[in-house]
Amino acid sequence: MDYPIVPCGDSAVTILLGNEISPAVNRLVFAAFSALQRDLVSGVREIVPTYGTLCVHYDPERIGYSQLCAWIRSVSDADGGGVRSQGKLIRIPVCYGGEYGPDLVHVAEHAGLSPEDVIRRHSQREYLVYMLGFLPGFAYLGEMDERIACPRLAAPRTHIQAGSVGIAGQQTGIYPLSSPGGWQLIGRTPETLFSLKEKEASFLLSAGDRVCFFPITPEEYREREARL
Amino acid sequence: MIRILDPGLLTTVQDGGRYGYQRFGVPVCGAMDAQALAMANLLVGNKPDEGALEITALGPTIRFETENIFALAGADFSPTRNGVPLKTGHAWLAHPGDILECGAAKGGFRGYIAFSGGLNVPFLMESKSTCLSARFGGFHGRALQKNDLIEFSAPQYWLKGLSRREILPTYDLSAPVRVVLGPQADAFSGEGIETFFSAGYRVGHSSDRMGCRLEGPEICLKQGVSPNILSDGIAMGSIQVPNGQPIVMMADRQTTGGYVKLGCVITADLPLMAQRRPGDTVRFQQVTVEEAQRLLADSRRKLCNLQDDLEHNGNW
Repeated sequence: MDYPIVPCGDSAVTILLGNEISPAVNRLVFAAFSALQRDLVSGVREIVPTYGTLCVHYDPERIGYSQLCAWIRSVSDADGGGVRSQGKLIRIPVCYGGEYGPDLVHVAEHAGLSPEDVIRRHSQREYLVYMLGFLPGFAYLGEMDERIACPRLAAPRTHIQAGSVGIAGQQTGIYPLSSPGGWQLIGRTPETLFSLKEKEASFLLSAGDRVCFFPITPEEYREREARL
Repeated sequence: MIRILDPGLLTTVQDGGRYGYQRFGVPVCGAMDAQALAMANLLVGNKPDEGALEITALGPTIRFETENIFALAGADFSPTRNGVPLKTGHAWLAHPGDILECGAAKGGFRGYIAFSGGLNVPFLMESKSTCLSARFGGFHGRALQKNDLIEFSAPQYWLKGLSRREILPTYDLSAPVRVVLGPQADAFSGEGIETFFSAGYRVGHSSDRMGCRLEGPEICLKQGVSPNILSDGIAMGSIQVPNGQPIVMMADRQTTGGYVKLGCVITADLPLMAQRRPGDTVRFQQVTVEEAQRLLADSRRKLCNLQDDLEHNGNW
């Protein structure tokens, strides 16, 4: 691959694959990520995909800057954008509104729609996981229907339950952990996005995956929660 | 086992950091000053990146419930054992009932207390480091509190040349902190970059383990360039400039960020950043990646020599 490579200090480089949020650029990122992971060399600590870049963290004592760049250039991502590059499709149940989505009505009013319309527009499309960041297991999803975009809360909440599904501007996302936050909460999923059992961590989503939301009732929410 | 009698300002368990999970949004965490962590560990015969207590500004008071060898490194917290002053940068054997009391940091801001054989806290995602933002790792995912009891993994009662296991601290906090340009250095005006490398910046009081917030002359972007970018990856030491003022991203930084980065502090100089106190001034100097990697190799070689001396002569 012959994308530009720029240093991030002495222990990381950024590979620039594109400078826009688009499925096409995401496919390039995902293809390059998969190709590099397949051909990993010693000294590479980890590779972090983002919207249009890969950040390659390395140990300069085991691989120098020029060797690292040479390795990246030598790896072929010839299947870039091919079907093989697509991630998993993950269906996520969401209980919209009520106690789980206290801001659904506000989001609906802001959009001039009914709450049912907001739910329909939010759950009737496939989202791409562009990248993870912010918190363990937090996925940056795109694209949300512009009609249901809504500014953040003026005063952030001090405590938001894990699994809460929110809207902030043009973005939608799921809080993987309980945390403070200013997103408009429209629902909650009983699924676990980030868990630590014993010593192993598991993450529901990875960059390159696709996500669909589907509405469930509060009874179904509690049933699923009890099963987990 | 140790009992925390007074936790001090911010005492957490940290090791060399949690690598391999940044693509899932998990911050690396780990010691702010990896070199001081390594020294504390080497003094007690541990591997350099073993988990230890990172102490900040005002150190803790600890009672040893059982015997073990320990050492402090990093800033000088004027430690005493049962009221008798102890040297920082030296290994000691503690007996049950011994009370280690730390004061305020001098000649730096952070220190490390390492215990022979390490601390018995869970090894989560291959690390003992505390992740304060997501509340896991280390000791129950949080800073230590009064009456916390932490067990040792494999305490030792004897180490070769114990009385001579000493490393003299070598911070030069007046030296400039060296920086490699990129990845968005081209977003800044020539004047902006010159300002950054010629002015002094003061460490702000809201600095923490996530970032060292600096205050000083505004660093200008090129005409019409926004400080916002599509989020990309962040290495430790990255210098984000969200509003003309630089923030050096440190151990607890998020894995990705959406602001332009002028450059990145070289690994060999991260300890100098970690040891700066709020109110201190810092100056920056530009170096190439190759130079940065040579300087890192030098500092690691020095550490290896220290380790050899401790293990073979015990009289460094």
